[in-house]
Amino acid sequence: MSYASPFIAATFTIMTGFLLFSALGMDPLVAFYTFFLAPINSLNGLAELFLKASPLVLIALGLAAGFRANVWNIGAEGQLTIGAIACSGLALHYYSSESHLLLPMMIVAGALGGIAWAAIPALLRTRFNANEILVSLMLTYVAQLLLSYLVHDPWRDPQGFNFPQSQLFPDAALFPILVEGTRLNASVLMSLAAIAAGWVFINKSFLGYQMRVAGLAEGAARYAGFSAKRTIWIGMLAGGAAAGLAGVGEVAGPLGQLLPTVSPGYGFAAIIVAFVGRLDPVGILLAGLLMSLLYLGGDAAQIGMNLPAAVSGLFQGTLLFFLLGADVFITYRIRVIRGVRTQPQEIAV
Amino acid sequence: MIDSIVPILVVTLGAGTPLIFAALGELVTEKSGVLNLGVEGMMLVGAIVAFIATSASGSLWWGVPAGFLAGAGMALIFAFLTLTLQANQVAAGLALSIFGAGLSAFVGKAYVGVALQSAPRLDSPLLSEIPVIGPLLFSLHPLVYLSWLLFAAVGWFLYKSRPGLVLRAVGESPASAHAIGYPVIPIRYFATLFGGAMSGVAGAYLSLVYAPLWLEGMTAGRGWIALGLVVFASWRPARVMVGAYLFGGITITQLFAQGAGIGFASQVMSALPYLATIVVLVLISRNLAMIRLNAPVSLGKQFHPDA
Repeated sequence: MSYASPFIAATFTIMTGFLLFSALGMDPLVAFYTFFLAPINSLNGLAELFLKASPLVLIALGLAAGFRANVWNIGAEGQLTIGAIACSGLALHYYSSESHLLLPMMIVAGALGGIAWAAIPALLRTRFNANEILVSLMLTYVAQLLLSYLVHDPWRDPQGFNFPQSQLFPDAALFPILVEGTRLNASVLMSLAAIAAGWVFINKSFLGYQMRVAGLAEGAARYAGFSAKRTIWIGMLAGGAAAGLAGVGEVAGPLGQLLPTVSPGYGFAAIIVAFVGRLDPVGILLAGLLMSLLYLGGDAAQIGMNLPAAVSGLFQGTLLFFLLGADVFITYRIRVIRGVRTQPQEIAV
Repeated sequence: MIDSIVPILVVTLGAGTPLIFAALGELVTEKSGVLNLGVEGMMLVGAIVAFIATSASGSLWWGVPAGFLAGAGMALIFAFLTLTLQANQVAAGLALSIFGAGLSAFVGKAYVGVALQSAPRLDSPLLSEIPVIGPLLFSLHPLVYLSWLLFAAVGWFLYKSRPGLVLRAVGESPASAHAIGYPVIPIRYFATLFGGAMSGVAGAYLSLVYAPLWLEGMTAGRGWIALGLVVFASWRPARVMVGAYLFGGITITQLFAQGAGIGFASQVMSALPYLATIVVLVLISRNLAMIRLNAPVSLGKQFHPDA
């Protein structure tokens, strides 16, 4: 039954979109077409849909492992940034390499970068009880400042007319294109593999079971002797590894170089994807495609309807609100009780 | 020496003020047992709505109430989801932050680069002429004085008034408070709306006084830092004040270091407030006894009267 609420939420979000477009004096049907259908009306559009869904799905899968156990890693955006930095370091160092090993090494470096960045909140949480939500978020700002420093100073392209960007990566450091004429590249295979791995982890592994128990009933998990620290470590590092890989997918994919911004908020949008996908691999795939469509629609609205691209963020938040609201009607049976009022009583001490 | 320190202190007071509003508001919310992680989003919406109100009316005195209402409106969405519909507070708070960032960027697109007249100060004649104390105490922006007033009011309300006692009781044990007949959910609504309104005022201060302009995502994590401050302060208003000015000082070290000719990369300086937040979180949180003693027991947990 709980699978109904994402669909309810999506429907309500689209209806909100209709109201918003009407309020802005646009023909809602035209706006709807421009936003949701026109972007995927071609082979190139579909390729872009998968290209943008790929990092969202990948990160959401990693985060879901933690969310299931009530481990709240919300710094995936920063872990993605560090992953991108780590693999860019390799690509720029072996700039003239044509080795087939370069890309696999970059993938490993990116994953390790993301893991390292996620290990900080995990360590501080397990060792010092520091709130992982705040620490992982603060580290996102630090990661973005580090990226800004690198592209402005040591890693800036000397022939780049002073633009804050690195050199273009060599071909050996780029994912091969899967569909000719589009930007769809082999990095989406990482996301597909992650869906399979996530399904096995959640449904077939003892560790995944332990983490689910930890999330549903902390006391029961403790009583059964499941290590709470291990749960936190795995929950945080899974998100970090996935986000780091997504960072590799961006710089070694559509970007092809290190830029001051490597992600349009994928790390945050993936949180919504994880929830809307019910923390389930297949659900996350569907939610990732929907979220990707919201991104594409936002771009199309900017060009076609002169709306700010931020309209995507607006819809993302709305979608999650409706989802959380819809869950109530599925989890609980609503009864209206009237006439029950108690008066505060003075208590004699 | 004094001559160079006074301007630094004045700027520190200014940089700490938005943190005071947001953190004191969130403190009241958390004291009632509600954890609202949407501070960043409420601040952003408060900032843009206040900016629009001010640039439309030409008066700062429309902007601040507009920010107040906008923040409260955002908090109302959160309160409805978590208190009436019993949604998970962490998820709803994150949603509020993401929604607020999107909404403010969407509404604020037309206001990027619009200039406001610079804000008036309350220069008390004569008193502001006194060296050192004059500029520090008698010629600041009215909202800075308002933040001091808020500190006194929150301290009095929570620890000296009966409604404040009830609010704290609701945060410690909603079931007991309900059993003796206090309306737990309405009290939590009040505390959540108050926190949102104060976040809205914090945002208004940023866009009207501190900047004063509108930029997408201009709060730059201050909402999250305010959340960290509440933990740092171990839920005590006076410690919020100390923490806010400490962080205000760290935020402006950049200006100070440049003035002193210290040549770090600007990014290093910009990262300091975020790193400092992590450091203080670790220092405070490692003391489990202190957290257990001070944190509202029911923080972040749902309560339903029938349960």
